[in-house]
Amino acid sequence: MDLTIGPNAFFWDAAAVDAFYARLAEAPVARVAIGEWVCSKRLPFWQDAIAAAVERLQAAGKEVALASLALVTLKRERRLTADLAAAGLTVEVNDLTALRHIPDGTPFWVGPMVNVYNESTLRWLARRGATRICLPPELPLASIAVLAAAGREAGVAVEVWGHGRLPLAISGRCYHARLHDRAKDGCQFVCGEDPDGREVDTLDGQKFLVVNGVQTMSQSTASMALQAEALRAAGVAALRLSPQTGDFAGICRDYAELLAGRMTGAALAASLVGRVPGGRLSDGFPAGPSGAHWSGAA
Amino acid sequence: MMELVCPAGTPAALRAAVTAGAHAVYCGFADETNARNFPGLNFSREEMAGGVAFAHARGARVLVAINTFPRAGGEPLWHRAVADAEAAGADAVILADLGLLAHAAEHHPGLRRHLSVQAAAANPDAINLYTEAFGVRRVVLPRVLSVEEIAAINREIDVETEVFVFGGLCVMAEGRCSLSSYATGRSPNMNGVCSPASHVAYAEEGPELAARLGGFTIHRTPKHAPAPYPTLCKGCFTSGAETGHIFEDPVSLDATRLIPALARAGVAALKIEGRQRSRAYVAQVVRSFRAAVEAQEAGRPLPEGALARLTEGQATTTGAYAKTWR
Repeated sequence: MDLTIGPNAFFWDAAAVDAFYARLAEAPVARVAIGEWVCSKRLPFWQDAIAAAVERLQAAGKEVALASLALVTLKRERRLTADLAAAGLTVEVNDLTALRHIPDGTPFWVGPMVNVYNESTLRWLARRGATRICLPPELPLASIAVLAAAGREAGVAVEVWGHGRLPLAISGRCYHARLHDRAKDGCQFVCGEDPDGREVDTLDGQKFLVVNGVQTMSQSTASMALQAEALRAAGVAALRLSPQTGDFAGICRDYAELLAGRMTGAALAASLVGRVPGGRLSDGFPAGPSGAHWSGAA
Repeated sequence: MMELVCPAGTPAALRAAVTAGAHAVYCGFADETNARNFPGLNFSREEMAGGVAFAHARGARVLVAINTFPRAGGEPLWHRAVADAEAAGADAVILADLGLLAHAAEHHPGLRRHLSVQAAAANPDAINLYTEAFGVRRVVLPRVLSVEEIAAINREIDVETEVFVFGGLCVMAEGRCSLSSYATGRSPNMNGVCSPASHVAYAEEGPELAARLGGFTIHRTPKHAPAPYPTLCKGCFTSGAETGHIFEDPVSLDATRLIPALARAGVAALKIEGRQRSRAYVAQVVRSFRAAVEAQEAGRPLPEGALARLTEGQATTTGAYAKTWR
């Protein structure tokens, strides 16, 4: 089992992106998907940082894929998606729109927003050229095991959401703008003020969700620290770590230590509590009664 | 005339909808294969065959929704549902999952396939992919599109489009939401349920009634005020200094006045949400929408206020169609 870094979900400026991928190039991860997958309006602000980051990551020996948008409605977004497929790098498909532009048989990756819930879907995507699929985060361990086995047969590496706030929903409506009484078209990019998302609590003060532009995520950071062994036994090929602020490269190193058997899951989990935004972990989708549940000590 | 596609959560609602003038009804089997897998709803195999016979005898069509995402290791349940829908004489199946679409296209080529809103095909490229790969004949469009976007889509595709015009409103892209399973472990995609009643608890706390879902507080209302059902995305939350309906106001969709614009946009069918609704509600909504599409077809003005009573005391919205979110 190795590590894949997913595309950043949040709106960071080009300088932050640049610094992030410079550090990530030194981290012990096998591959990286990079690109804007949440809101196309953000892309002009940081797209110039992408080429340099790709070059740097490739020079460091990492496989790189370009992530496509997860919700494509506008003409401009369709063009962006078509352009990705023509860029000459592997595409990570986050919406089937991208697949339409990838010639049959060209290898591609599939991101966690594409609904791969069963073997028939996995096999269909494999026949089209999928070589790597990150499963939807909500799947229980039993389904993960069946899909990992099907993936091995079909030549598809199956990944699981390993670390990061969970992408729970996406909408045509921007909740960040709405919180500022702005419409989406006049958002003034307020999501950039919250580089790990903006917390949404219940009326009783329970930590619950975060909004990230048009995306809604979990407040807790999902972590497979305590599930890595079970996932390895189930045949999972990689954990996907999702970018956050702070010492993300250090977090990547610790997950690598976990996979190498040089760090225990409990030690990793304990160290993560102070390093993730909001300070709370969850692993309930594969391992608990609900996604928000955490199997370790509170 | 635009086809009016009406909900049938039970055989009684199917008969009520057909009698009230539905051109087509949609319904599902009583299990996790459909996205309205609620206790007491939906059809046995015998009821489905009976419902199809009833509808066909009156010139109406029956569309069977098999629109959850089959469970890994459990696909035969979904395959049986497709086979049984065909055996019952269904006019089409409404599917969302790639694997199930591939299965239906291969093993039931004569059975018409519609793409469920749960597939979230929101632009011509995605729609054309489903059309070319699986021979889909109609696409139910996500509720994130404006009328102008729907018109633009219809110019670039060769299949029919169907849009929701009345009832409950999902503000998240359908089929891509796991908010419910984050709080409860049960989701629309896997289980055909959202914010399930099995995980709802109400508690009187001082002067208020708290409504919780999976332990998370979704609403607090004064004890004697009507308490809305705690659907997660319609809850009241706090973010920084803001408290309120962060995601969605508790409104329901009513796009009646957009029927002429939707007709001009090339929409083939209008869909009414509400398989969980009573047959009396269904009959009333169907009657007034049938009158509206007939008026539209004849070039007459739409009948005014026919649905006011159904949405009384409840705000309505034209949703994304009129683009007020942008």
